Amino acid sequence: MIAVDERGYYGEFGGAYIPEMLWPNVQELRENYLSLVAEPGFQREFQSLLRDFVGRPTPLYLAQRLSEHYGVTIYLKREDLCHTGAHKINNTIGQILLAKRLGKTRIIAETGAGQHGVATATVCALMGLPCIVYMGEVDIERQAPNVARMKMLGAEVRPASSGSRTLKDATNEAIRDWINNPVDTHYIIGSVVGPHPYPDMVARFQSVISEEIKWQLEEHTGKDHPDAVIACVGGGSNAAGAFYHFLNDDRVRLIAVEAAGEGIHSGKSAATSVLGTKGVIHGSRTLLMQTADGQIVEPHSISAGLDYPGIGPLHAHLISSGRAEAISITDEESLEAALFLSRREGIIPALETAHAISALRVMEYKPSDVLVLCLSGRGDKDLATYMKHLWVEKLRS
Amino acid sequence: MNRIEKLFQNKDKNVLNIYFTAGYPGVNDTEEIILSLEKAGVDLVEVGMPYSDPLADGPTIQESGTAALENGMTLPLLFEQLAAVRKKTEMPLIMMGYFNQVMQYGERAFFEKAAEVGVDGLILPDLPLFEYETYFKDIVESLGLAVSFLITPQTEPERIRKIDELTHGFIYMVSSSSITGAKSDITDTQLAYFNRINDMKLKNKRLIGFGISNHETFETACQYANGAIIGSAYIKALKSNPKVAESTAEFVEMVLG
Repeated sequence: MIAVDERGYYGEFGGAYIPEMLWPNVQELRENYLSLVAEPGFQREFQSLLRDFVGRPTPLYLAQRLSEHYGVTIYLKREDLCHTGAHKINNTIGQILLAKRLGKTRIIAETGAGQHGVATATVCALMGLPCIVYMGEVDIERQAPNVARMKMLGAEVRPASSGSRTLKDATNEAIRDWINNPVDTHYIIGSVVGPHPYPDMVARFQSVISEEIKWQLEEHTGKDHPDAVIACVGGGSNAAGAFYHFLNDDRVRLIAVEAAGEGIHSGKSAATSVLGTKGVIHGSRTLLMQTADGQIVEPHSISAGLDYPGIGPLHAHLISSGRAEAISITDEESLEAALFLSRREGIIPALETAHAISALRVMEYKPSDVLVLCLSGRGDKDLATYMKHLWVEKLRS
Repeated sequence: MNRIEKLFQNKDKNVLNIYFTAGYPGVNDTEEIILSLEKAGVDLVEVGMPYSDPLADGPTIQESGTAALENGMTLPLLFEQLAAVRKKTEMPLIMMGYFNQVMQYGERAFFEKAAEVGVDGLILPDLPLFEYETYFKDIVESLGLAVSFLITPQTEPERIRKIDELTHGFIYMVSSSSITGAKSDITDTQLAYFNRINDMKLKNKRLIGFGISNHETFETACQYANGAIIGSAYIKALKSNPKVAESTAEFVEMVLG
């Protein structure tokens, strides 16, 4: 049985390795998240917002031309059609409702690609709460459209200028903000990372993805489970959501696709399952990229959402135990896959998602298999990167 | 007896504990810093193990840590330096760092090495109480090391009792829930918190840290606890004058008044 235990561990991964200054806040969440979420009033509000505000259920789309190309049946779970353009909003809706019930009046978040930042800014606007989003300076530059969206929605975007100036550092800054504001503030973490209960809480809010996949697939095929689910993994929130209801169903292979950056062993990579060792990052015991001396290594990926030196403890457990298979995709391969999906299916994916698309080339499957790929986000935010890399190299040729 | 416990037996007022980041400003400054602090009248020294992602620390300490790592500071080197310093001083030494560093060194090996080189105490702010009590307490105590845990204005009384039970040496009282160096005045809310803790009659001595930076804040802290801990302000002094002996003497004199 794969599930979190009462102290927040999946096997040996998880827990809450946090300074005392964060303890009361984390404790408050841990004691309340399950009961508050289970309340009928919470569920009514959550479900109605998912339906009417986010636009759920998102379609499960039979990608015919993609299926033909690979000689296998491929369904795309269209999280890119969620309001704000990615799955991230499933979690922010859940967490803002929790924050309100806990009496919090100020919201902070970290963001990499900006999708979580936009999703947080959106729910804060919806609920009339002030919102501060920490974002690495490098990411502010490469995801400019999302920075503009957050500002339009009324959020304050604070640059994280330490370390690699990406997602890891934005997370550090958000945690520090929470330490400094221990009473009135809720920290909406965007992925299945951080101290317990965050990984479990975020996975539960994202589990709507696999809940829908089950009944939608049954409508399409008569079978309520695919042979494999494929999702990209930075921290791992869309993968956690897409895997969730299949975690204990051994008929379903779980494929976690990581960013290899410029190549796994190039020194510029974010392939944590290969390069990572056991350690503690952002309050959780998990796999992370670090030196022998325990210093966290700065990762690299062209995709800001995958540019993270760790993975969530659930994924560390799934990969270490062999329950999930990890595939690493390079920057170059993800760019090619983004162009391929755009031309083949008329869908421009986010760079993060493009890594999952590219995994179709290298993963093993039988022609009779039914694969579900979590199309976690749309590519609007990445157009500048696509233009820079693809316009010159591919479109003119 | 552990040097920290011995210190508190002889002195329970105006205890001054100073933090520095090992490897900053220079990789080989550890010995000179510790000896200069001792000479200037400091009672305990907290040796920071520089870390890439110090979540409980503010920008001043993070920057000094980044510089120390660039200077080439590592745990094995720091242990070597501390072993050498220990031959020259009986100053209580506390290592402060993050649990991941200990984990990568090997928890047991780390505790044994720390005791072997003459370290007296440990502060690992992100080591959970449960994990400490379940896996490490016995070995740590058998080696004679004193572990200090933190409390904040938000820590519940029951948990403070637990922390008091697990702590040997002193409790690290976070003056406000802020990362190191972020604030410099002591407010009424903080004073109420100090009084509340005093009324609990804990078995351990208490040192107030975070936001203590000068004579005035040091004196105030000493009225409400057994002493205080200074980190960021000392790092800033070393930054503005990297001549260790000189800037340390000046800084400590300014604090003690």
